[in-house]
Amino acid sequence: MNNAAETPVVNRGNAVLKEILSGGATRALLSVLLGFVVGAIFMVFSNEAFLTAAQYFTARPTDSLAAAWTAIADGYSALFRGSIYNYAADDIVVAFRPLTETLRFAGPLIASGLGIALAFRVGLFNIGASGQLLFGALWATWISTRVSLPWGVHLIVAALVAILASAAYAAVVGFLKARTGAHEVIVTIMMNYIAAGILTYFFRTPELLREVDGGGTPKSDAPAETAQLPYLLGDQYTLHWGFILAIVGVFAYWWIMERSTMGYRFRMVGHNADAARTAGINVERTFMIAMAVSGAFVGLAAVNQALGARAGMTPDIDGTIGFDAITVALLGSSTAPGVLLAGLLFGAFKAGAPAMQVIGLSPEITGVVQGFIVLFIAAPPLVRAIFRLPPPQKSTVVADWWRSLVTKGGRK
Amino acid sequence: MKLELRGITKRFGALVANDHIDLVVKSGEIHSLLGENGAGKSTLMNVLYGLYSADEGEILLDDVVQNFKGPGDAMAAGIGMVHQHFMLIPVFTVAENVVLGHEPTGALDTLDLEAARKLVREISDRFGFDIDPDALVEDLPVGAQQRVEIIKALARDAKVLVLDEPTAVLTPQETDELMAIMKGLAKAGTSIVFITHKLREVQEVADRITVIRLGAVVGDAKPTDSASTLATMMVGRAVDLDVKKHSPKKGDAGLTVTNLTVVGDRHNKVVDDVSFTVHAGEVLAIAGVQGNGQTELAEALVGLREVTGGQIILGKLDITDSTVREVIDAGVGYIPEDRSKDGLVGDFTIAENFMVNRSYGPPFAKGLSIDFANRARIAEDLITEYDVRTPSQTTLAKQLSGGNQQKVVVARELSRDLNLLIASQPTRGVDVGSIEFIHERIIATRDAGKPVVIISTELDEVSALADRIAVMYRGKIVGIVDATTSRETLGRMMAGATV
Repeated sequence: MNNAAETPVVNRGNAVLKEILSGGATRALLSVLLGFVVGAIFMVFSNEAFLTAAQYFTARPTDSLAAAWTAIADGYSALFRGSIYNYAADDIVVAFRPLTETLRFAGPLIASGLGIALAFRVGLFNIGASGQLLFGALWATWISTRVSLPWGVHLIVAALVAILASAAYAAVVGFLKARTGAHEVIVTIMMNYIAAGILTYFFRTPELLREVDGGGTPKSDAPAETAQLPYLLGDQYTLHWGFILAIVGVFAYWWIMERSTMGYRFRMVGHNADAARTAGINVERTFMIAMAVSGAFVGLAAVNQALGARAGMTPDIDGTIGFDAITVALLGSSTAPGVLLAGLLFGAFKAGAPAMQVIGLSPEITGVVQGFIVLFIAAPPLVRAIFRLPPPQKSTVVADWWRSLVTKGGRK
Repeated sequence: MKLELRGITKRFGALVANDHIDLVVKSGEIHSLLGENGAGKSTLMNVLYGLYSADEGEILLDDVVQNFKGPGDAMAAGIGMVHQHFMLIPVFTVAENVVLGHEPTGALDTLDLEAARKLVREISDRFGFDIDPDALVEDLPVGAQQRVEIIKALARDAKVLVLDEPTAVLTPQETDELMAIMKGLAKAGTSIVFITHKLREVQEVADRITVIRLGAVVGDAKPTDSASTLATMMVGRAVDLDVKKHSPKKGDAGLTVTNLTVVGDRHNKVVDDVSFTVHAGEVLAIAGVQGNGQTELAEALVGLREVTGGQIILGKLDITDSTVREVIDAGVGYIPEDRSKDGLVGDFTIAENFMVNRSYGPPFAKGLSIDFANRARIAEDLITEYDVRTPSQTTLAKQLSGGNQQKVVVARELSRDLNLLIASQPTRGVDVGSIEFIHERIIATRDAGKPVVIISTELDEVSALADRIAVMYRGKIVGIVDATTSRETLGRMMAGATV
């Protein structure tokens, strides 16, 4: 029976978010592929050899094509050398260093991506990974630089405090939403600024966290050796146990969302909050718990950043992780394996960018590729149109709007 | 205008939604397309409206073959459609909605609202619609919104008007008004295709009837044919329209409501000093025109709405201020009136939907984890026992037909250990076969010695199920009468008359 047409179930969740997250692996892969194609175009058009050859394109087009090919090949092989395996290296330790760097960068991306993904599944836009990370890192730094504890205990306490601090900071958002209806997007963005301000204040004030004998710039001490995440593969590589924590996080996320009754209720609220309420679920409390758990995953990223360091930290300790986490969650369709793979990919971009700079390419190209991947993920009908994929079973808001723009006449 | 469909075939993958359907609608005729949910009626009309392109067959208007590429072409050719779910913008006025998409404009392309108002007034007066062009659509009752949809179609010179399940959202009164409007339009020469699965309406208004089952035309029928003849054609087997039940074996008071008052969203008393008792083994039906406080009453009973005054006693337990979860755990089964909004999670599988209100402990949970093995077994049993037609228990609820969705809700609620069942509009938007089944199950619950409260705006349903009937009007119970009370008396009570 053609029931979809006859008995539509009203879509109560966020239709756009739903569409974006329902894409599946095929579309994610195609989006990545398209991102690389766009990156290639940028490389070609910023390549001097190509631009010179293009001036006499009509006379000898092969010159232009050859130059274009060389530009792309050079660019992406540099990315490969910088992020996976340096085949130009003399010794095996150096050759594998790029891969370990990719994993090191991927750790916090995966962890914070899981946090954002969890919020997405409950129907919440947690834009506050940056603030939650900073707040967790602040208290991790406090424990790691201002408290003395024995080896082992010190690290565990610092990590737990970071996770709890991030969770608490996120829970405030859930609390405000439950109590006052304040929208989580606005609140999380504002709390990003607040966390950044607090952290800078702490890092600048000598009585608080400023480095001993420090100058005027806000900076902390390096974490005490007893509180540092140990190197995973010996001193040759800077890859530390933070990556293992992120992998543990992936399994925890999978179990919570797919196996546990708490995750089941999270998903229920995300899909249809009215039905959840009718089924006796306290939706407001679920929002609060979900935000706290989301923040706890971001706290894992804070642990990575604050306790993985070997030197003093500055207030930009979060880097771009807070916002990269959103793209990781989107690209990973908010599933555990998806976030893992997306985190690894974006970690590779971060690790590989310097190698591209070495051969004269602007490192921002990886940023452009990332941006386009997200664009393609967020505009599913565009990817479907390019690859002629079948439309989704049920038309949705985005798809309808897009279809009305790009197609003439009716749906076939 | 004469409409003719010849051999229309529409496939979705392996599924044949329409199988060589022929249909002729003469000028000025009300032609009813009768069939169960999922029989392919809406698909056929979407083909006619240019939303789907047919795989085979052709559409003719006044014997000219048409080639619709989209709804725009169909509209231009004179076909108007009123969808089951209204396509109106709530914050726009009637006039703004009616001209949306083909707005009359003045100098510098400014919107000429006066022309729009005039258009609405003209059509409204001609057919006695009684619609104010400046009213906001969101302020109008559902019946009036539907008339706005009809005006929208007529404003574009529709000669063939397609009404897709138009009475599904209407009260009995509004239904009568719509019937009168349809007759008036037909008299003025508009051809009407009336899609429905309600036999009474077909008998009342149709000139001719075409019955569709499983995507194919079963045959033509006359409005004078008996309801059971029509039902049998529709379902493909003999259907018993009467619910068989013995006289109730009343037990102790199962639910006692005293002086219950609920203040609504607009700070008015939506439930006003309501008292009644339901005994174990008895069905109390709450009848009334939609919007007289029945919805709020049900929500207050299950804890979804705050009680302002009065008391709700379940057996000996005071549940007046209990949370929804406490009410559920006290053994109250609840079938909400809007299953897609409140009853089901469309993106959950059937198995997942069976555990929405029992996720905290056995049998669906083991510690912090879902008990997957147990859940699969229970789901399999419930699907069999409640005759849910589905490929598997991992099918998403939104992919089921209305009747099967409702069976999932009914199965979930009735499979718990109940002390009370509250069923709100239990068969709204449900096909005849499933109505029969759901009614049987509700009576079986009664016969198992449970108190049952039915809230329904359909008098047929109320009469079929109830042992006693309470009629609500403007938040108050006008009276509680015996189930044998005549339709006319009930109708008067629904309009506020006391017995």
